[in-house]
Amino acid sequence: MGKKLSYILTFIVMFLFWILLSAWQLYPDTPGKFDAIHISQGIAAAALTTYLSRRVIFDLSKKWYVKFLRAIPYVAWELWQIVLANLDVAYRALHPKMPLDPVVVEFETPLRSDLALTFMANSITLTPGTITIMVEPEKGKFVVHAIDRKLAKPLVVDQTMQKKLAYVFMEGRHDSST
Amino acid sequence: MEALHVISAIFMFAGCFFMISGAIGIIRFPDFYTRLHAAGKCDTLGEVLIILGFMIYQGLSFLTIKLFFLSFFILLANPVGTHALIKAAYVTGVKMWRREENG
Repeated sequence: MGKKLSYILTFIVMFLFWILLSAWQLYPDTPGKFDAIHISQGIAAAALTTYLSRRVIFDLSKKWYVKFLRAIPYVAWELWQIVLANLDVAYRALHPKMPLDPVVVEFETPLRSDLALTFMANSITLTPGTITIMVEPEKGKFVVHAIDRKLAKPLVVDQTMQKKLAYVFMEGRHDSST
Repeated sequence: MEALHVISAIFMFAGCFFMISGAIGIIRFPDFYTRLHAAGKCDTLGEVLIILGFMIYQGLSFLTIKLFFLSFFILLANPVGTHALIKAAYVTGVKMWRREENG
């Protein structure tokens, strides 16, 4: 049941996205070419994309709506971190002495699922001064390049991001579903 | 209407500032890894801010929705590209610049 639902949802999203990409002809006043041939082409393209990305788009596992709701404040926090990261890189690039102190750090996280690990890797790359080098999914281990020793601290010592993501995806010690 | 134009111009100039500082960083930073910091981060926010400026300038239309999706995909794809590059460099053993060795 869940699998069928996720197929249907993926197809609907793909088809709506196709309409969005084709709808430029509706704007500003020209009539769009929404006749039988074009719509059937769109349906075929959406079906093909649904088949290719059948396991990617919708992860309708347990309590996915809770994860979705919890992800919203996390994404807002992440956008703010992106701004901070850019100010940091701009400061380092424009500073006459270039205050750099690169270091590679490793740490383990309680995260295991693919989606959580992907979120974590992308978030590390976007937050100030750190880029994910490698991820080992079995142990939830991350190898991270930091542009400055101090900027690796929030990840290794405080573990702010791991805790936030463990809360969002309900994994590890912050598992509230058990 | 004029106020919206001013706001969109501010967003576009902020985006340009980040893109330029990213470019300066790519030139000035000492090795591949630190250069990727400049490229991967500044490009993300710079592009998104410029697109946000376009969105505000355009008002609500199909173009705005498309631009929104464009910025969304940049936010998703840019870190992945940066990660792919840095992993390839790390696995093949590109030398890392360190503060102690170079004073």
